[in-house]
Amino acid sequence: MISFRLDGRSVVPPYLQIVQQVRQALRMGVLDVGDKLPTVREVVGATAVNPNTVLKAYRDLEREGLVEPRAGHGTFVVGRPPGPPPGTHALLARSLGQWVRGAREAGLDDESIESLLRITLRAAAEEETA
Amino acid sequence: MTDFQSAALPAIATRGLAKHYRKRTALTDCTITVPEGRISALIGPNGAGKTTLLRLLAGLATPTAGEVAVLGATPGRDLALLAEIGFVAQEIPLYRRMSAEDHIRMGARLNPRWDGASVRQRLESLSIPLDQAVGTLSGGQQAQVALMLSLGKRPRLLLLDEPVAALDPLARRQFLATLAEAVAAGGLTAVLSSHLIADLERTCDHLILLAASRVQLCGDIDTLLAEHQVLVGPRKDTTAIERDHTLVHAVRTARQVTLLIRRKGPVIDPAFEAADVSLEELVLGYMGQDAPPAFAHLTSVGEDQ
Repeated sequence: MISFRLDGRSVVPPYLQIVQQVRQALRMGVLDVGDKLPTVREVVGATAVNPNTVLKAYRDLEREGLVEPRAGHGTFVVGRPPGPPPGTHALLARSLGQWVRGAREAGLDDESIESLLRITLRAAAEEETA
Repeated sequence: MTDFQSAALPAIATRGLAKHYRKRTALTDCTITVPEGRISALIGPNGAGKTTLLRLLAGLATPTAGEVAVLGATPGRDLALLAEIGFVAQEIPLYRRMSAEDHIRMGARLNPRWDGASVRQRLESLSIPLDQAVGTLSGGQQAQVALMLSLGKRPRLLLLDEPVAALDPLARRQFLATLAEAVAAGGLTAVLSSHLIADLERTCDHLILLAASRVQLCGDIDTLLAEHQVLVGPRKDTTAIERDHTLVHAVRTARQVTLLIRRKGPVIDPAFEAADVSLEELVLGYMGQDAPPAFAHLTSVGEDQ
C-alpha cells in the first residue's frame, strides 16, 4: 500500500499528483500488479483532498490500463507504465546515489549538482540528434 | 409531500434570492446551483452575505424575494427537511459544561436517524476525550466535536459557517479530512464558508463567490479555472480583447497591462502572453483587488515586444 503526498503549492493539480505518484511507484517497483491502491476514503482521510479528485485520478489510471476497480474490494494494479522493468530505476538510483556522494565530497552543493545534471542531459540530447 | 430520493435534483438551487434588512441589503439576486456530493467553498470578504446565504439555506432566515430549494424542498416550510440539514454556526454551538458524551446522548433524543456509535468512534480515533466538559477542550477539538455531532445526525446537506477560521493548521487539516471522509462515504453535500481560500482549495471542488451581496461566480472549480485566463501584454489598448472576451479585472501600469478574462474562445492576440489562473488569482480578480503576488512571475513578460 502506498500513501500520497499532495503539495498544495505545486502548479500540478492534485489529481495529476496522485496519477504521477502511482506511475512513479510502479516504475520504482514500490507497487506491482495485484497490489491494492488506498481507498478514496483512506486518501481523503489522510490528505483532506476532495473525494472527486481521487476518483478522477483513479479513472485516469484506469483509462491508461494501469488499475482496475473491483466492486466492493477496491482498486487494484493491473498493469505497468511503458518503460524498463521495475528494479531498473532502483538500480540506477543506487549508482546515482553513489555519484552524488562523490560529488558532495568533491565540494559541489545541490545547486551545482543540479546544473551539472541539466548540462549533461542537454549535451546527451544534442549528441543523440547529431 | 416532498420526494427526498429524486436523484437528479441538485442539493441546492436558488433563483433571484434576496434578503433585505430594514436599512441594509444582505444578499441580492442570488442564483446558484450546487449538485449533490460536492464540497462547495462559499468565499467572500467579511460582510459579503455568506452567513445570510447559509441561514437562508438552513431555513433560519426568511427570504425577502426569490426562490430557494434545498434537497428539493423549501427551507423553513418543509419540516421534514430539518432532519436532512446539519448547520454548524460560526460560534461553535456546544454547551461548554457538558461532555461530548452528554451531547451524543442529547442528539439521540433530538434526531430521528441518530448515529451515536459513529460519533464516539470518530472522536476516539482522534483521541478526543468523551467524558470531559467540552469547554475544557482545545479550539480544534471543540470544532471537531461540533462537526462530528452534526454528522451524527446523518444529514444530506451540511452547512458550515467559517468552521476553520480559528483553528491552527493541523486542526484545520484534520477538520477538513473528517468532512471530506464523510462526503466520500456518500449521500452528503457540504457548503463551507471562509474568507481564506488557501484552506479550502484542496478540499473543495465547487465554488460560490460572493462580493458586495452578489454572486460573482458559481460552479465547478476545475471548469471555472479552465474558462479563465491571465493575459499579460504591452498594449494599453485592450478594446479587441474586451470585445472578444469578458474582462474581469485589469491592472495597468505605464508599460504593460495584466488582464483576467473569462474566455469566449481561444486567445489569438500574439501581443499577449496567456497563462492559466490559480484559484486565488480568480477569486481576487473577481473581488476587484490588485494583482496578487502570484502574478509576479509574469511581470517581465511582454516588456521586450
